[in-house]
Amino acid sequence: MSRPNRSEIDTLIDLLARLPGLGPRSARRAVLFLIRKRGILLQPLAEAMQAVAQNARECLNCGNVGTTEICEICSDDTRANGLLCVVEDVADLWAMERAGAFRGRYHVLGGTLSALDGVGPDELRIPQLKDRIAGEEITEVILALNQTVDGQTTAHYIADQIEDRVALSSLAQGVPIGGELDYLDDGTIGAALNARKRL
Amino acid sequence: MLHLEHLTLSHFRSHRRAEVHVDARPVAIYGPNGAGKTNLIEAVSLFSPGRGLRRASAQEMARRPESLGWKITGMLRAGGDAHEVAFTSEGGASRNVTIDGKPAPQTALGRISRVLWLIPSMDRLWIEAPEGRRRFLDRMTLSFFPDHAQATLDYEKAMRERNRLLKDEVRDAGWYAAVEAQMARTGAVLTANRQSALARIAAAQAGAETAFPAADLELTSTEADIPEDEAGLRAALAESRFRDIAAGRTLVGPHRADLYGVFAAKGIPASDCSTGEQKALLISLILANARALAADTGAPPLLLLDEVAAHLDAGRRAALYAEIGALGAQAWMTGTGPELFEELGEGAQRLEVTEDAGLSVVRAL
Repeated sequence: MSRPNRSEIDTLIDLLARLPGLGPRSARRAVLFLIRKRGILLQPLAEAMQAVAQNARECLNCGNVGTTEICEICSDDTRANGLLCVVEDVADLWAMERAGAFRGRYHVLGGTLSALDGVGPDELRIPQLKDRIAGEEITEVILALNQTVDGQTTAHYIADQIEDRVALSSLAQGVPIGGELDYLDDGTIGAALNARKRL
Repeated sequence: MLHLEHLTLSHFRSHRRAEVHVDARPVAIYGPNGAGKTNLIEAVSLFSPGRGLRRASAQEMARRPESLGWKITGMLRAGGDAHEVAFTSEGGASRNVTIDGKPAPQTALGRISRVLWLIPSMDRLWIEAPEGRRRFLDRMTLSFFPDHAQATLDYEKAMRERNRLLKDEVRDAGWYAAVEAQMARTGAVLTANRQSALARIAAAQAGAETAFPAADLELTSTEADIPEDEAGLRAALAESRFRDIAAGRTLVGPHRADLYGVFAAKGIPASDCSTGEQKALLISLILANARALAADTGAPPLLLLDEVAAHLDAGRRAALYAEIGALGAQAWMTGTGPELFEELGEGAQRLEVTEDAGLSVVRAL
């Protein structure tokens, strides 16, 4: 229920409560914490948010989120190594970057094919992907899509569209680093066995 | 031996609060009509993936008129392993599962428990629409292959996608091919699981001494033959596209499979048997399934037999109880009076369920 004369603090709590992972209770705690740390946290946070609000934008080339028209990865010539990694979402791109193992470029689809949700090939960035394969001399496309029905449908669709133009690969499935076999589900164990490698 | 040790219901159906402590022996539940006996075994049926024996939504399971939401907890023991399982539903939302205090998907239940049931609405199984028989077959299959639940969900998800493409009359062949590849991959798993389950049931029937008649089971189809392998299914789906667009839904695939049963000793289709024979065939299949599982996993499943005793003469009843005893299964059985369970003797524990001012009261005897 909204009250008249709501304070700015209430407004801030309501806004924070809308963030993923936060609710009204955690938002109240966060706001109290911020107010107590006004100088070292609240002020810098407000400034950082202001800057991001003004400058954040989607990279015209890959769909990554950055502060420039063309993101840092796309404008870094050392990453033009012919490898292009296709991901569903910016969060997946960031996950790959955190790992630091991939030195090529990315292409963010912005979702997966889903007839039920009204998302077709034109709603994803598939036409742009085709253009990039030709324009950036891509030699291999790595499909790093989720192992869900929608993710795999999308992977299959993209593969069908570009398989005659470029080499295609997908991420391996199997035992995670530090994983114990006893805790794995049957499907993962089967996939790991099929993808076994010679020592 | 897989069994429930402890079961509590809170605001579930007619039970405001019920607490039951049982051991691994069969559980005979009796009381007048409408007292809440089936509600008790419905709660047990939720210990396997799916919507339970009534196929009800979580909202329908809430006690009325309060509709506050409900909770079921149980201690499930299999040999040295014990798992505390809890289900909660609030505000009509679907049930949340926790296993040993940690949130878990419903499909995880299939790995720690196996539950089979026979309820009065299944009496018409052999003469009704194929959907009921498919469900019966899939429940048997799930008991052998816990991953069958996930494969079914994935297949249905891909099929819903394809059906939407058909309804919207989308003409993108690549999109169809991508969705059909998922349907074919998961559909081939479904068919292989079903075939393998039928083979195990057949083997368990062949090797058994039982008072119940054996049924020969065959996986058939309501449509033309359904290809069993991934490549064949993919080709059949592609070929069926134009016909499916006209129908607005997918007409080929394992979702159109049917289960054909024959009364083996007489060689006549189950659908042509007498009502009593049809019931006896179902009991025979449930018992065969339980025997096969006991041989496979070392533990028979939980059995839920709703109003089964009432339809059997004293001789058959004694035979059923003897077979359950030999299996060592925790069978939860309901009936209107204690006399239906006399043949069980000391081999079972008894619960009486009565109704008092709209509330179910459970009493251990």
